[in-house]
Amino acid sequence: MSFLEIRNIRKKIGNIEILKGIDIDLEKGGFLVLVGPSGCGKSTLLNAIAGLLPPSSGDIVIDGQVVTDLHPSKRDIAMVFQSYALYPNMTVEENIAFALEMRGVEKAQRVTAVRQVAKTLQIEHLLDRRPSQLSGGQRQRVAMGRALVRQPRVFLFDEPLSNLDAKLRVEVRAEIKALHQNTGATIVYVTHDQIEAMTLATKIVVLKEGMVQQVGSPAEIYNRPANLFVADFMGSPAMNMLKGRVAETGIALFGSNGVVVPVPPSVTKKLPDGKEVIIGLRPEAITDDGLVDPTARSIAHIAAEVSMIEPTGSDTFLTGKVDGASFTARTRAEVVTELGQSFRFAFNLDKAVVFDPETGSRID
Amino acid sequence: MTTIEPMPVVTARRQRRSFADGIRDGLPKLVLAPSFAIILVFVYGFILWTVYLSFTTSKMMPIYKWGGFDAYYRLWSQPNWYVAMENLAIFGVLYIGICIALGLGIAILMDQRIRAEGILRPIFLYPMALSFVVTGTAWKWFLNPGLGLENTMHNLGWTSFKFDWLVNPKMAIYTIVIAGVWQASGFVMAMFLAGLRGIDGEIIKAAQIDGASTVAIYRRIIIPLLRPIFLSAFIVLAHMAIKSYDLVIALTGGGPGNATELPSTFMYSYTFNRNQMNVGSASAVMMLMGISAIIIPYLYSELREKNR
Amino acid sequence: MSGAAETANGTVSAGSARTARYFIYATLIVLALVYLLPLYVMLTTSLKSLDEIRGGDMLALPKDPSIAAWVKAWGEACIGVSCVGIKGYFWNSIKMVVPAVFISTLLGALNGYVLTKWRFPGHRIVFGMMLFACFIPFQAVLIPMARLLGAAGMSNSTAGLVFVHVVYGLGFTTLFFRNYYEAFPDELVKAAMIDGAGFFRIFWRILLPTSGPIIVVTVIYQFTNIWNDFLFGVSFSSGEASPMTVALNNLVSSSTGVKEYNVDMAAAVFAALPTLFVYVVAGRYFVRGLMAGAVKG
Repeated sequence: MSFLEIRNIRKKIGNIEILKGIDIDLEKGGFLVLVGPSGCGKSTLLNAIAGLLPPSSGDIVIDGQVVTDLHPSKRDIAMVFQSYALYPNMTVEENIAFALEMRGVEKAQRVTAVRQVAKTLQIEHLLDRRPSQLSGGQRQRVAMGRALVRQPRVFLFDEPLSNLDAKLRVEVRAEIKALHQNTGATIVYVTHDQIEAMTLATKIVVLKEGMVQQVGSPAEIYNRPANLFVADFMGSPAMNMLKGRVAETGIALFGSNGVVVPVPPSVTKKLPDGKEVIIGLRPEAITDDGLVDPTARSIAHIAAEVSMIEPTGSDTFLTGKVDGASFTARTRAEVVTELGQSFRFAFNLDKAVVFDPETGSRID
Repeated sequence: MTTIEPMPVVTARRQRRSFADGIRDGLPKLVLAPSFAIILVFVYGFILWTVYLSFTTSKMMPIYKWGGFDAYYRLWSQPNWYVAMENLAIFGVLYIGICIALGLGIAILMDQRIRAEGILRPIFLYPMALSFVVTGTAWKWFLNPGLGLENTMHNLGWTSFKFDWLVNPKMAIYTIVIAGVWQASGFVMAMFLAGLRGIDGEIIKAAQIDGASTVAIYRRIIIPLLRPIFLSAFIVLAHMAIKSYDLVIALTGGGPGNATELPSTFMYSYTFNRNQMNVGSASAVMMLMGISAIIIPYLYSELREKNR
Repeated sequence: MSGAAETANGTVSAGSARTARYFIYATLIVLALVYLLPLYVMLTTSLKSLDEIRGGDMLALPKDPSIAAWVKAWGEACIGVSCVGIKGYFWNSIKMVVPAVFISTLLGALNGYVLTKWRFPGHRIVFGMMLFACFIPFQAVLIPMARLLGAAGMSNSTAGLVFVHVVYGLGFTTLFFRNYYEAFPDELVKAAMIDGAGFFRIFWRILLPTSGPIIVVTVIYQFTNIWNDFLFGVSFSSGEASPMTVALNNLVSSSTGVKEYNVDMAAAVFAALPTLFVYVVAGRYFVRGLMAGAVKG
């Protein structure tokens, strides 16, 4: 049985429906990431789980207990906020101990618990300081300490890394991951950053306009996006969306002198001959010859004009143009080419995903 | 709102809201309620009461007998009321105008990296800390024709100097303007100074690079940027002008004769001394309408912007 | 943006720039002297004898400074028919100010807390109505309040004045705290809720300890306003129960006997002392309070 259940949660504020019936399950020890563009309702959903914003309808169940009507403090959850929300008038130690104090834990016990958490997070030397005397990274750690000391059933994180600079963000991200692996805590994590979602989650929920677009493991979300929105939102640079036409043997790309993408018969069977579809291909599935996946079953080569070259150091992204369509390819940094020249791209057609242009959904 | 609940998990224990939860949810409103009730009754209720009184025949004591617009009719046929209105117009225009001009002027001078700013600023502002009664008392003495400024000038050898505004019915209202300006202009200065300090220095640098002179920078950029301060200063001063009562009482007592009568003194004397409570109430209603006409649009726009 | 003067240095010759600075300083110093003059005259007059006042110059320093007028104003001056000085009225004002300031500040803090952190539908209307209450001319509530205090047996009592000042100060104190708490992060309140703190606990433990500056501002604002009030004092009290400002006015405007200007001025100094003291000690907060009352936010 799942540990955290979100059952048909709806939230209306005024006339606007922010959450339109969300259903999610999470097993004990899972790391659920809610990801989506701003305004998709992910923070509202997190606040509903926390009890800070009661849903209009639906239920939140934690460990078999319906907590929908419970006060936040009685749900046995802890939350790490975007701004960290450290009490400015208290020391780090008092901040971490506050929740225990509110629950009537004895002073001696509180001190022990705080020390232990401080040791885990390596903030023992900061215990007497005030939040205003801490750096961004240190504040973040104290905020985590405040959550950890409670040993709650569920941890909630609300974009906890968005106030850190790029380098620190990567560091703390790794720490959160290690924390999850070491403690086996159940975590719900909100972010708009798809890389955070990919690296941290055991389960990703992609939200848009208050509706779940897809639920799945990071690999599922990345390789088999349920629709065009998910395909476009997850991954950077974004997935290439190429117009194709259903043919007898598969799906034809780039007009008459292009290639045919072999697709399972289950796909073609659903589609009338000549229908337009969209083929999604990640940039890393279009490469130069040197990067071709040796295990790939079907590789097609297409010559295209190079219209942009973006070296990143580790690899180079080339934009190719053929038959009025353009696509982004990930090639080796060593590749030599020039703008306007023709380049021979290798398409790994195994990775192709087919979408219906009308509904936007993936066709299997 | 109805929802189609999925099959409930059999083991799920639903925690119901307890009575304590109900109290907790209502607590904030419970805490605010007394204050709001107080405001509702003692501000809005009392205003309605006053409005009602203005439509009665009340004399020395409230009489709840309907008198229609009689009190208003009588109010607007009192020469005294016209004197009060005229005085308010003179006082209001001069008080607001001079305070803003002087306040802005001093603020601009103070903004020129003055070394002694820390000493000067409190000097311009301290009158605001004083009671109008103290201010009135001090100025009454200062302007005393026999012993004050006039006497000082005579002692200095300027024997023809004459300054009898305080006892001159034509000029007495201007002594109130002087004392009022002295009291409030420092505060207006502080408002403008805060506004000047709040202007983005890069805008000024950009204007300097564009070749604007100091005068042009002030005239074309800084002063237009201070528009919200002008508005705030106007609101505060207008509201103080309409309400001001103590200053007149302490300085001239409304005299000589009725030369410095203002709506506020008019209201007080008709209500409590002349036993025409309905006329006094009517004048209070007029004052309220005057202030409302200024304040309500201002508050409305302020709250609008704030909550966006 | 005090950089504007630099242009003067850049575009005009150094000599005329210096002249401009002299002009600025001279103007400011003259103005400062004018602003100080009434206070100076008040103080020096209170230290002079009546003879010196009649025969001498208002601006001259006292030849033989004496605090006799101060002693008289405090303990012997006649206000109305009783000649016991202003000391009783001074204490009346203290007894009125302290509870009125305390209660209105506390209520304002709670109101501001509710109006920002525990919003409910209609909170904007409630706040708007409380805000407008700051600006009404008190003449519009004077008669009903006089009737009410009379009926409640509180007219001519300090308790009645405390009540009046709490009622009509609430709008301001609520405004101050609301604007202050508006900037206080909501996430802190949410965090405290999850940590298990309730409505009052969050207020006492999280908000109030960080409210120092706004408490000072509110207390100073209320103290100054209530101490300086005249209209309520003169309307709802008389004789021995009057506050300081009313007594001062009675003393100064009484026309019986010899006009003792030095005693009048000494009494005025007493009336001015508490607020001047607060202003000198905490001027920074005083200005902030005035501004908070004037410019919303």
